Amino acid sequence: MQISVMLNGKKVTEEIKPDLLLIDFVRNHGCYSVKRGCETSNCGLCTVFLDEKPVLSCSVLAARADGHAVQTLEGLQEEAAEFGAFIADQGAEQCGFCNPGMIMNAIALFRENPDPTDDEIREYLAGNLCRCSGYEGQLRGIRAFIEYKKQGGAVCS
Amino acid sequence: MQLVGQPIRKKDAMALVQGKPVFTDDLAPKDCLVVKVLRSPHANAMVKNIKTDIAKRVPGIEDIYTWEDVPQQRFTMAGQTYPEPSPYDRLILDRHVRYVGDPVAIVAGANEECVEQALRMIKVEYEVLPAILDFRKAKDNELLVHPEDTWKSLCPVGADNKRNLCACESSDHGDVDQVLADCDVVVEETYHTLANQQAMMETFRTVCYMDTYGRLNVFSSTQIVFHARRILSNALGIPKSKIRVMKPRIGGGFGAKQTVVAEIFPAFVTWKTGKASKMIFTREESQTASSPRHEMEVSVKIGADKDGRIRAIDVYTLSNTGAYGEHGPTTVGLSGHKSIPLYGSLEAHRFAYDVVYTNTMSAGAYRGYGATQGIFAVESAVNELAGRLGMDPVELRLKNMVREGQTMPAYYGETAKSCALDRCLLRAKEMIGWDEKFPCRDMGNGKVRSVGVSMAMQGSGISGVDVGSATIKLNEDGIYTLMIGAADMGTGCDTILAQMAAECLDCQMENIIVSGADTDTSPYDSGSYASSTTYVTGKAVEKACEKLQIKICERAAEMLSCTVDKIEFDGHRAKNLENGETVTLQEIGTSSMCGNECALQVTETHSSPFSPPPFMAGMVEIELDKETGHVEILDYVAVVDCGTVINPNLARVQTEGGIVQGIGMALYENIQYSDKGQMLNQSFMQYKLPTRLDMGKLRVEFEESHEPTGPFGAKSIGEIVINTPAPALAHAIANATGIWFRELPITSEKIAMGIARK
Repeated sequence: MQISVMLNGKKVTEEIKPDLLLIDFVRNHGCYSVKRGCETSNCGLCTVFLDEKPVLSCSVLAARADGHAVQTLEGLQEEAAEFGAFIADQGAEQCGFCNPGMIMNAIALFRENPDPTDDEIREYLAGNLCRCSGYEGQLRGIRAFIEYKKQGGAVCS
Repeated sequence: MQLVGQPIRKKDAMALVQGKPVFTDDLAPKDCLVVKVLRSPHANAMVKNIKTDIAKRVPGIEDIYTWEDVPQQRFTMAGQTYPEPSPYDRLILDRHVRYVGDPVAIVAGANEECVEQALRMIKVEYEVLPAILDFRKAKDNELLVHPEDTWKSLCPVGADNKRNLCACESSDHGDVDQVLADCDVVVEETYHTLANQQAMMETFRTVCYMDTYGRLNVFSSTQIVFHARRILSNALGIPKSKIRVMKPRIGGGFGAKQTVVAEIFPAFVTWKTGKASKMIFTREESQTASSPRHEMEVSVKIGADKDGRIRAIDVYTLSNTGAYGEHGPTTVGLSGHKSIPLYGSLEAHRFAYDVVYTNTMSAGAYRGYGATQGIFAVESAVNELAGRLGMDPVELRLKNMVREGQTMPAYYGETAKSCALDRCLLRAKEMIGWDEKFPCRDMGNGKVRSVGVSMAMQGSGISGVDVGSATIKLNEDGIYTLMIGAADMGTGCDTILAQMAAECLDCQMENIIVSGADTDTSPYDSGSYASSTTYVTGKAVEKACEKLQIKICERAAEMLSCTVDKIEFDGHRAKNLENGETVTLQEIGTSSMCGNECALQVTETHSSPFSPPPFMAGMVEIELDKETGHVEILDYVAVVDCGTVINPNLARVQTEGGIVQGIGMALYENIQYSDKGQMLNQSFMQYKLPTRLDMGKLRVEFEESHEPTGPFGAKSIGEIVINTPAPALAHAIANATGIWFRELPITSEKIAMGIARK
């Protein structure tokens, strides 16, 4: 079947097999930030935006994205760098394998709720597993980023 | 110090947070063969007949290999220094399959679909044999996991395949039985820990291809490039010189990747076909056919006077190495050698163990490496002892803990040259408010708040065995390249080793390029495991930089026409003290590339006769729901003595990450086998990793000591941090419920049922 997807702002039209998963579709198009961590929708590593809503691309058929916009971290490099710097300043990126999915979901959180409480952060990102950091450093980074944004993005950490 | 001790950002951090393609599968050739294996559905069976002809006809299939196609010399997949203590008990494919998941056939094809299809079309006839699933029944059972005569043990570890023994030993100091008989109080209990999965987010994976020179290039997510080269040579029966192993960024290791879990299959395919190939483990394979923690049952006898003087500890460990012996003989040693020495004034101790084969998945290396299991047992027993003595468990520890300068007979006779354990415990006590909170407070709403405590130790590398090396060279623009064979698996060793180099060479972090690990270009390093990199490789970096600085001064002296003793070098500029003339580092680097016979490059190697233990104290406050058994972690405080802290950010995150893994091990991460030997927790649905809702508040502090044999006074941090949660949580739960849980994980169900039975 043929699908047409706006992938990171570029229109991609392609003949695909009906059972192709969105994660494999985007990786086939060079979006390597999207990682497969579990195959059972438990880890959050494969998070992408489907029409600006975070979804787990391992559990979405590529066919579902036909006529829709898909964004991965490749299309959000500036936001990733701006926010990611605060994670990096805690050393909380560690191995980095879970970072793209967590950062996608964190960007979604900030768009929905620019000033979340710690509990709201934990709840929103609960589906993003990390085996290295113990989460506390990520929380410190997120808090510092929120503070920086509140100051108009002018104050560096 | 300018850079050592600073919270410097990891060198690869920005690439990682931006999701750059830096991991194994991101860099695989697009047209490479996909490799998968057919796995045994039986826990113990012989392959009577295997038919691959129909499967080979699936379009896109390159080839299918069975036990008849592979070399017949046995090897171990354990990444250890040669001669490996782990027995040579594996073949790439064996006619005798020994656990549910053991490989039966290798399939290589153009894509995942055709390989999956071919896997379903291979017809195997098995002779199903009875299996040993209970490790308590394995020793001297008439059923043998490894009956074959080609089984081989290279080291005197007490292994005997005709008794299902992978290792056994007994050591002691003083007359334990006599001292215990003379003690006022003796606690005697048995503790059981399961075969937890490291569950790093990136599963096992390897890409292989042939290079211009006809050599096998192996690009793998591994902690041990050099050991991997030797293991592949052993398995494939080809010379080591024909193999090159490299690692890109690694998506977490925790010891899992100290075993060559994935590498052999694609390496075999590429060597046979000449074509590039890759093997990417599914999460299910990573859960069921990999290299988890050794299941252990640790029996502890601990005796004390009624005034709380601990006089003797007797530990016996039974360890389950599963179907193969990877890390079996070595992990078990830590269960005694890194738990008993926490107590400094013992009159006697004994430590004995058996490591047995069973028909379950082979175990391997997992952060803590046996110390985690032993410390759960010994620290729990000490907490039980405090209860029997009616003493505060913190007071009991302060009275008995190892102190700086003490000799540790159970720790290979080493002296604790650096030890701030007393300060760690006192600070943790203050942070959590122990005196107000111990043992528990009933909140009056069906919930109880309680606290628990544990101490821990580990090592820093394997004394007299681990080798770390560093090559440092000056480039023409005054920038250095640091080449290492240690493996940064997310821990940040590339960065902390660069910090040490920059500190020694008086330069900025940006002026150190880090390169590694690659068996063709990196200097030899045992690899990143056993908490060795900071301590062992770090010292090699320090030594190499000191020597390079001398060479730089010599070159400058030549350029400035003076003797080297007249040169003053500040890291940027060398000055002739006689006339004030100077040359810049850049000029020195450039001049080394014209008419020069002295390389501005140094390789240094280091190995230590000591393995100085880091120490720590962990305390937890929980709220336990008496109706549901649910445990909520309110506060976890950890105070760590890792010697000098090289990078406080990275040390803190190591600690936090280790504690949360330890919480998972203590409360959630269950391993269950069916009566047919199938591992049931094969996905993250059934194997519950802690999420950010499960870990409460973590607070980490450091109490520095100065380790005289370490680089800048540093010891290790990577492994010790997983050791306190299990005993501290078991203690807190006992303080809340009056019930001692001696088997992990302590799930809500177990707690609720325990309370109901009481």
